[in-house]
Amino acid sequence: MNYADLFRVTLPETALEVAALIVLIVDLGFLHKAALKVRVTVAALLGVVGCGAALWAIGIQVGLGLYVDESPVLAIGGGVAVAQIGILVLTALTFLLLIDLDFTRHVGEYVAVVLMAATGGLLIASAQDLLVIFVGLELLSLGLYILTAFSKGSGKSAEAAMKYYLFGGMSAAFLLFGFSYFYGLSGTTNLFGIQQAIWKSGPSVLFFVAWILVVAGLGFKVAAVPFHLWAPDTYEGAPASSAAFIASVSKVASFALLISLSNSWLRIGERSWSGTLLTGTLLTFLVLAAASMIVGNLAALAQVSVRRLVAYSAIAHAGYILLGIAFIPGISGPGTKSDLASPVWVETAVLYYILTYGLTTIGAFGVVSVVERATGSDRLDSFRGLHKRNPLLAAVLLVLFLSLAGIPPLVGFWAKFNLFAAVLGVSAGAVPFGLVALAVALSAVSLYYYLQVLKRAYVMPAIDESPIKAHPVTMAVLLFIAATVVILGCFPALLQGWIQSFYPIP
Amino acid sequence: MLAWAIYLSFAGALAEALLPKGRAALSRWLALAVAVAGLAVAVAGYWAGIGQGRVTIVDLAWVPSMGIHFLLAADGISRVLVLLTGIAAVAGVLFSWNIELRTNEFFAFFLALIGGVYGVFLSFDFFLLFVFYEIAIVPKYFLIAIWGSTRREYAAMKLAIYSFAGSAMVLIGLLAAYTTAGSHSTTLDALAHAGLPLSFQFWCFPLVFVGFAILAGMWPFHTWAPTGHVAAPTAASMLLAGVVMKLGAYGCLRVAIGLFPRGLDPWGFSLLGIASWRDVFALLAVIGIVYGALVALAQTDFKFVIGYSSVSHMGFVLLGLMTLNQIGMTGAVLQMFSHGIIAGLLFAIVGRIVYDRTHTRQFAELEKMHLAKRLPFAAWAFVVAGVASMGLPGFSGFVAELQVLVGAWQVNPWWVAAAGVGIVVGVAYTWRALQKAFFADVLPTPNEHPRTGWPKFEPITWPEVTGVALLGATSLIVGLWPSILLDTIEPAVKALLAGGVQ
Repeated sequence: MNYADLFRVTLPETALEVAALIVLIVDLGFLHKAALKVRVTVAALLGVVGCGAALWAIGIQVGLGLYVDESPVLAIGGGVAVAQIGILVLTALTFLLLIDLDFTRHVGEYVAVVLMAATGGLLIASAQDLLVIFVGLELLSLGLYILTAFSKGSGKSAEAAMKYYLFGGMSAAFLLFGFSYFYGLSGTTNLFGIQQAIWKSGPSVLFFVAWILVVAGLGFKVAAVPFHLWAPDTYEGAPASSAAFIASVSKVASFALLISLSNSWLRIGERSWSGTLLTGTLLTFLVLAAASMIVGNLAALAQVSVRRLVAYSAIAHAGYILLGIAFIPGISGPGTKSDLASPVWVETAVLYYILTYGLTTIGAFGVVSVVERATGSDRLDSFRGLHKRNPLLAAVLLVLFLSLAGIPPLVGFWAKFNLFAAVLGVSAGAVPFGLVALAVALSAVSLYYYLQVLKRAYVMPAIDESPIKAHPVTMAVLLFIAATVVILGCFPALLQGWIQSFYPIP
Repeated sequence: MLAWAIYLSFAGALAEALLPKGRAALSRWLALAVAVAGLAVAVAGYWAGIGQGRVTIVDLAWVPSMGIHFLLAADGISRVLVLLTGIAAVAGVLFSWNIELRTNEFFAFFLALIGGVYGVFLSFDFFLLFVFYEIAIVPKYFLIAIWGSTRREYAAMKLAIYSFAGSAMVLIGLLAAYTTAGSHSTTLDALAHAGLPLSFQFWCFPLVFVGFAILAGMWPFHTWAPTGHVAAPTAASMLLAGVVMKLGAYGCLRVAIGLFPRGLDPWGFSLLGIASWRDVFALLAVIGIVYGALVALAQTDFKFVIGYSSVSHMGFVLLGLMTLNQIGMTGAVLQMFSHGIIAGLLFAIVGRIVYDRTHTRQFAELEKMHLAKRLPFAAWAFVVAGVASMGLPGFSGFVAELQVLVGAWQVNPWWVAAAGVGIVVGVAYTWRALQKAFFADVLPTPNEHPRTGWPKFEPITWPEVTGVALLGATSLIVGLWPSILLDTIEPAVKALLAGGVQ
């Protein structure tokens, strides 16, 4: 291993860590007597600067990733870079929405933990080695537990963090157990090495056991059914900015990890057993995808808390994304289309989906937190008359929720269309088609619960007509997000072209 | 040029949304200006298009990597329906002149809906068409839920769910057709010439057809229509019946029949005399005609009569489409136009002129109000609209339904026999509504009779007169001189049939 290489490849992560230290030093060292407002502003701005520095570091990265003994440990460029840029931009937006934070006095620590968790996210997006994956995942997860519990005065926050932590600990155990099997099967922790080992000997039964354990561990991170039970409680109890971070950044990072797992050891080539391998792994994803879509969408129908509603809708969206991820390796067999570009198409479609979904969700949590602060609750009824109390906020809510429901010309519609078209483009046959039809039908169902919120905001009379005030910076960020959702929806080729520019031309 | 109708409407919607609150008069005039400008564009486009076939208006690569085009074009069918949309939009604004609640938002949603409708009629790319189609759905929900009457939230949600169930089916069809054709392009031409396999067309045709036909009010998926029409504010029910149901029928024609013509081929076996999807949908259309008319006959709410009559009249459109011959399909397109105008007029009379003054639509109460004497304008207007709706010669409905029936006769005389029953019942329910609402002369009991004479209704305003004149004159002109539209529709239908048989 070359330490210069290590430094070069981990420059973005280093930038975030340095930013975290600077935030701590500035906040605890120089500003401990300053007003909360000043401290929040300074810390959030430093966080944004850190993200900016990391973005710059990604921008100047060239060459290969980090190699140890000729096998990759950290990848750079391509889809990894797209996911990392997404993580950093979404983290920066989280900081900007922090500006009127009031649930804690430990501002520096909060911002620092967010930065460190984002570092974990960057690591798992690029990691190609089981150990690095696990370390990155734990860095991210531990950060998230702390962020969930950060509202020390709130019992709900503590309860949510406890649940999240217990579930998370268990899923980490599953994951580690699965990793140990992979190590036992192949004698290496490197994804590339594992792929080589499977390539030589073919998949054994133990491989599938290990795979299912790993999928269970990661299914927890992306809140796929049946590993989703923590999500509604955490989304409901955590401070709004933490929930937004969990719903967006952590999701993007975990899906990026799933993409690189699918990519690295599933694209094995034509062997007599590769059909079995792919069918087995495909099946696990498809079961999770179908279960998540159905449970998420149906459970969301019954919610009265908007945060829980967003949580269940997140589960449903995880189902759509998993459907895409399942088809990244391509499926062997008579249904396969021989277009080599297709797996890349699915991968870019999945990235497109998670980036735009993360953006929309951060905005949605931003709106929810403003309303919650004004009314003291996130019940559906606290949104009543929002169009009168703050017309701009209501308009942002309208755009974001309609986008989540997949209404054109907003970006959510395009993301869905692109993903489903890519899935059907890669793999013809009754199973993918049936699942896509299920997904489309369930997105029609999802409109019902999104409309429940919008109905409160636009149709039903207000209980309390006093205007709701939002901090100008918060409002500006929310408007920016809504405008992005509209513009990217009207010109879908912009973001798609940008993502594709990271991939070599096939 | 016709594309400006879309851009103007959306720009108008945006401007209305940004208008300061409490400037009701300003937003009314702005909406009227935008609607009139849209109509002017539609008329000019219609005029310029006479004698021309299909003309491409805009063709931009929207998403080049996936072959999605921003492709706007117009043929005879599009031009006629754009014209209808323009007229319906102007009439809708005129009959919404008394909206005082959140006026600018009302017109913002109204114009967004109109823009989406223009877009659907002018799109020749399946993806683009679907985008406009969905854009047209969302404003309907808010128009009904905020400004509606009877059970408005229920009706609005029901309409939204039906619409989205339909559009989900269309979206599945779009994805399936796009990927089956090789994921190269979503333009209607490319998909129609992609040589989609027969087995594919056999299941994709009914999927897409039903998806669109839900919005066209095809029995048994029509139940959103009466509740939605009744709950909607006047302008919205005018648009719902006038143009939104036409979106569904247009989609059936342009997309389902245009892309999957062989889906209508015989299955090769026969079940109870039904041997193809064509028979199935023709049967459903005929059931819709008779069922809608019979249910309309039994209503006690004036607006429900009109709501169910829409189901019946839209049955003629679907029946005309299923004839697959020149005269029947021409009649179907003409019926779309004609019903859009006449239903708009009927809803305007019931919802705006009568209901906003009497505050009831129940026949039992209207019977005692002597409306023929107290609102002679409404009575006259309804007589005209009613006879137009019955299909009396001299009005557009007669020409259209006659052509549909002639076309249907060539295919299966039994369809005509059943539809004929629907026409007879149509006369009966219109007559019944007319009689009960305006000419009943039931004497009120002495204690109901006001001592100081009947209170005056608020006088008829100029927007109402203008709107009635616009719609009535249109129906009369088309009825007396049908070739003004037929000359444009016929070549387009011929081209579509020729393309479909390829």
